[in-house]
Amino acid sequence: MATATAATSPGRRMAVVPNPGVWTPAYSLWLREIVRFYRQKARVVGVIATPLLFWVLLGSGFARSFQTSAGSGSYLAYFFPGSVVMIVLFTAIFSMMSLIQDRNEGFLLSVLAAPVSRSAIVLGKVLGGATLAAIQGVIFLVFTPLVGIHPDAAAIGWSVLVIVLISFELTALGFAIAWPMDSPQAFHAIVNLILLPLWMLSGALFPADRASGWLGFLMRLNPLSYGVDALRNALFPAEHTLFSMQMNLAITAGFCVLVFGASWAIVNRRTHQPAA
Amino acid sequence: MATTTQAEAVKSRIAGEEVPIRLESVTHDYGKRVALDALSFTVGRAEIFGLLGPNGSGKTTLFRILSTLMVPTSGTATIEGFDVAREPNRVRQQTGIVFQARSLDPKLTVAENLKHQGHLYGLKGALLKMRIAEVLARVGLPDRAKELVETLSGGQQRRVELAKGLIHSPQVLLLDEPSTGLDPGARRDLWLYLQTLREQEGVTILVTTHLMEEAEHCDRLAILSEGRLVALGSPAELKSQIGGDVVIFETAGEEQAAQLAGLMANRFAVDAVVLGNAVRVEREQGHRFVTEVVEAFPGIVEGVSVAKPSLEDVFIDRTGHRFWNEAGAADETKKAAGGRTKKGRH
Repeated sequence: MATATAATSPGRRMAVVPNPGVWTPAYSLWLREIVRFYRQKARVVGVIATPLLFWVLLGSGFARSFQTSAGSGSYLAYFFPGSVVMIVLFTAIFSMMSLIQDRNEGFLLSVLAAPVSRSAIVLGKVLGGATLAAIQGVIFLVFTPLVGIHPDAAAIGWSVLVIVLISFELTALGFAIAWPMDSPQAFHAIVNLILLPLWMLSGALFPADRASGWLGFLMRLNPLSYGVDALRNALFPAEHTLFSMQMNLAITAGFCVLVFGASWAIVNRRTHQPAA
Repeated sequence: MATTTQAEAVKSRIAGEEVPIRLESVTHDYGKRVALDALSFTVGRAEIFGLLGPNGSGKTTLFRILSTLMVPTSGTATIEGFDVAREPNRVRQQTGIVFQARSLDPKLTVAENLKHQGHLYGLKGALLKMRIAEVLARVGLPDRAKELVETLSGGQQRRVELAKGLIHSPQVLLLDEPSTGLDPGARRDLWLYLQTLREQEGVTILVTTHLMEEAEHCDRLAILSEGRLVALGSPAELKSQIGGDVVIFETAGEEQAAQLAGLMANRFAVDAVVLGNAVRVEREQGHRFVTEVVEAFPGIVEGVSVAKPSLEDVFIDRTGHRFWNEAGAADETKKAAGGRTKKGRH
C-alpha cells in the first residue's frame, strides 16, 4: 500500500514511494535483457548462425546414416523441430548465464534490495530470456521450405505458440538452475549434465517409440519431449506423432507453471545467509 | 499482517519521532562463527553515522542486514520504524543503498540505469524523468545521461551509483565502503555530496568504512571489532577520552619492547601496551615523558613519536590490539599499513 505522507517539517521531505507493483519492475527487467542483447552484436550473430550450422552439418550427416519411417521422409525434416528447440535452449542458457554475471557484478544486489515483489524479478528476467529465445526460434521457421515443409497460417500460429511455451519453460528452468550458482563454470557443468541430455532425449534426434525400453521410458518422462512433439504436430499436421497436440500443450504449459513456481520459491527465500 | 504497528509506525514517522535507524541487540552467526554480537545503537535524524572496523569486524554483515538482504539470527533492527526482518519492503521504500560492488549495468546508459532503478521503486513517466535530472545534477553529472556506463571513469561511475541510490528520495542512505577505488579528489567530492545531501534534504546517512580519515568526516561513529561494539560517539569525543598524548617508543625487537614496558610500568606507573616492536603509552605532556623515559633507560629506545590521539588510538585503547592485526585481512593490512607508515605520526 502506498502511504503518501506529506512534508512535515521544513527542509525535510518524506519519501513518497508508491508500491511499484509487479508489472513495471518486470517490464524494466525485461527491457534490460533485450537492450543488452542487441548492444552485443556478437551474441546476435552467434545465436542465429550456430544452430543453423549445427542443423545443416548434423542433419546432413545423420540423413546419410539413418533412414526414418517418418512421413515426409528426410532426416533433415525430422530433425527440424529439434533444431528449433535447440536454438531456444541455447538462447535460454545464454541469457540465464547473465544471472550469474548480475550476481557477481552487484546488479542483482540492487534489484534484491528494492521494494519489488520477488515474482516480478523472476518474471522480468525469465520473460526477457524467453523473448529472445522465442524470437530466434520463430526466425528459424523461415527455413521450413528448405526441408520441404510449407506451413499454412494456422501451422505457423501453432508453431509460434509452442515455441513461446518452450522458450518460457527452458528459460525458467535455466533461471532456477543459475540462481544458486556463483560461477559460470558450475552453471555449465549443470547445463551439460541436465539441459543437454534433456534435449537429446526429447525426440529431437530420434523418436521415443523406436528407442529401447528404458530410454523410451525416460523420453516419456522428459517434459521437453512434449514440447518437441507439439512442434512436430504444428509443423506436420498430417503426420501422426507420439502424443496428441492437446496433451503436448497441456503438459508443456503445466511444466511452465511448475518451473516458474520453483524459481519464485527459490528467489523468495529469506534466510540468515547472504542473499547474493 | 500487523497493520496496527504499521499504522503506528507511519504515524510516528509523520510526527517526526521515529529514530531513523535503531538496533537492539542485533546478533548474527554463520553457523559457529559469531559475526555480530548483540549490537545496540541508534542513528539520529540527518546524522552522518560511520561504521568503522577492520575487515572481519562485522560491518558487511550488519550492512547486509540493514539492506534487508539477510535476516539476523536474533535481535531487531528497524529503519524509520520498520523491522528489516519482518517488513523488508517497507524498509526498502525508505532506504537508498550504495553497494561496494558496481551495481550499474555497464551496457546501459546512465539514464537507462537510473530509469530502471526508478521503475523498481515505482517511479514512472514525467516524475521519473524529473528525478533523473535532479539526481544527476546533484552528483554533478547533468550532461552524462546518454553515455554508456562502461565509458565513464571509476569516479563518475561511483557518482552514478550514488545517484541511483537517491532516485526515490530516500530518508535513509546506506553506503558500503563508498570510496573504494576513488582517488583523493573524488573521495573529497563524495563527502561534499554527502554533506550537502544531509544539510539540504535531511537525509540520514550510514557509511561503513575501514579508513580512519574517512571516519573523521562522520558526526558519530560506531567502532566494531570482531562483531562487538567497542566504541560509540563523535570522533572528537572518542579521541578526548584518551588521556593526553599518545607516545610510542620504538625498540629493536619484541623482547626489548616487553622489557621496556615492564620497566616503565614499575617506574612511572603507566599502562604500557606492547605492540610488536613498540610500546604505546597514553600520557599527559607526552614530550616531557619522552625525555624522562629516554634518560631513565638509555639505549633501549630507538625511535619516539608523540601524537594527539587518533581514531586508531581509540581502537587500540578499546581492544588492546592494532586495527590491522585482525585475522583474515592479510593483504588489506599490507596496503593500509603502507599508507600508515607514509603518513607517519608526529
